[in-house]
Amino acid sequence: MNNLRHSVLRAARTQFLQPSSLSRSQPASNLRRLLSSLAVLEQRDGKLNLSSLSAITAAQKLGGSITAFVAGSNIQGVAEEAAKVDGTEKVIKVENAAYDKGLPENYAPLLVENIKKGGFTHVIAGHSAFGKSLIPRVAALLDSQQLSDVMGIESEDTFVRPIYAGNAILTVQSADPIKFLTVRQTAFAPAIPSSGSASIEDGVDPKVTPNIEWVSEDLAKSDRPELASADRVVSGGRGLKSKEEFDRLIPPLADSLGAAIGASRAAVDSGFADNSLQVGQTGKNVAPQLYLCAGISGAIQHLAGMKDSKVIAAINKDPDAPIFQVADVGLVGDLFEKVPELTEKLKK
Amino acid sequence: MSKSLRILVPVKRVIDYAVKPRINSSKTAIDSNGLKHSLNPFDELSIEEAVRFRERKLPVSDILTISAGPAKCSDTLRTAMAMGADRSIHVEVPDGPETSLEPLGVAKMLKKVVEKEDRNLVILGKQAIDDDSGQTGQMLAALLNWPQATQASKVEISEDLSSVTVTKEVDGGVETVKASLPMIITTDLRLNEPRYASLPNIMKAKKKKLEKVTLKDLGIEEAGKTRLKTLKVEEPPPRKGGGKVEDVDGMISKLKELGAL
Repeated sequence: MNNLRHSVLRAARTQFLQPSSLSRSQPASNLRRLLSSLAVLEQRDGKLNLSSLSAITAAQKLGGSITAFVAGSNIQGVAEEAAKVDGTEKVIKVENAAYDKGLPENYAPLLVENIKKGGFTHVIAGHSAFGKSLIPRVAALLDSQQLSDVMGIESEDTFVRPIYAGNAILTVQSADPIKFLTVRQTAFAPAIPSSGSASIEDGVDPKVTPNIEWVSEDLAKSDRPELASADRVVSGGRGLKSKEEFDRLIPPLADSLGAAIGASRAAVDSGFADNSLQVGQTGKNVAPQLYLCAGISGAIQHLAGMKDSKVIAAINKDPDAPIFQVADVGLVGDLFEKVPELTEKLKK
Repeated sequence: MSKSLRILVPVKRVIDYAVKPRINSSKTAIDSNGLKHSLNPFDELSIEEAVRFRERKLPVSDILTISAGPAKCSDTLRTAMAMGADRSIHVEVPDGPETSLEPLGVAKMLKKVVEKEDRNLVILGKQAIDDDSGQTGQMLAALLNWPQATQASKVEISEDLSSVTVTKEVDGGVETVKASLPMIITTDLRLNEPRYASLPNIMKAKKKKLEKVTLKDLGIEEAGKTRLKTLKVEEPPPRKGGGKVEDVDGMISKLKELGAL
């Protein structure tokens, strides 16, 4: 990846320094601007969402200059933290409480103005609820075909992304002048703020009034690690049979491992677990060090969300369950016996 | 015009969710020949929701469904009409990598139809399960400058249609937003449980109006121009199942061996 970065940088510099030789060898329309990425970061209540720093990691892989973007109220602290990420040249901040909830209806015009002003070639955000609702809106306003859930960057215009629930991997080349990407957070480990010292500037604020009103939110409060970024995930499926059994068996096992809790779509649909815990094509993607699941058969849709986990362990009473085809460690047995036994033995 | 809901539900024909897709031998696309296709699951939720508005006695003037693609999309539209949509438009687009519409192209097409058919509510699935982009609804909202509520798990429309309150699935929980018509909603799996089309309704759907148009008829041929070029389509790296262990102790020691504990 470093090679890629250097070669892109070098190519960009070469073009910058020798425009005349380049114009002879390539049509003028192919003259590429110097690569310059805008990483759109998330903040909540004046706190930087660290997982959104995967946008900066992706920008680092592209090469070229990196500008981070934050908007909301009381965001000086967020901007300062973003400025500490190595490789970030500049942080654009827009201080305005109207952006606190990240409503795409006013956040999109805000980004459009700042992208136009900054002349960015790439706009990147994490493939989170925020990025998923916002970036397509911005891309359409600038007439660009966005790339979703990017898991690999081959060059400045060539990207890799999963299709068909991760059953196929697509390599695609974009012809748009500005590339819009949402990136898979498990494929680009978030950049960690350290010793960087980017400059902080105020961005332009078009002050568009959103044509929608934020009413309320209800976020699951938990001391557990966040599902999408946890090192270990314990997940339960339909085999748990009820919410009572899910709550009786899964949290203690997760506690014994310091793990986040996940669930299959079947478990969520049956009301055993909250929707926000769903792992799969239509839920969250996870790629922890350990994914331990019980009572999950391993439908295509579920595998899409967890098959990049380092180690997969499964407990299921059906020896032919598809989950065993991907599990590194499989135990055929009754989860109502095996899970409590495993929990007890792990505690020791 | 009296106040009423004029709903547009875009639907997509995709390879059935339970079928494992195969990659063609030249690694350029998915080989969909002979595979079972069906209505994109998220689009079923959109139709169901639209039909439920009518059943809740909201003033629904009509539910128009639309699909773009090759001839067989008309089957998909018939299914949508059997579920309760009133009429449909089939935008005929030949099959193939050069001609298939990208989300931005679909959004441009839908914008035209929204304007032409005077729609005030568009309900889309949050993503199509083939291309997994999850963009079309947001892009359409951008082009129309309408409010968008994505990944809806609950939609409440006031009786006088003055406000639409939507609960959205977001990371870590739910968020509620409120807007007025016109607006865009995209559906999450939790929104409802789509009905099965009954045989009488399937028969009735055959008599409902299905209009065929082309991108040229709509005056947006450029919407069909693709921006992205597929370089290759590959299998994901295979995982090898590591085999089974006899008991819990075996599981713990194997996990230690693999460095996961």
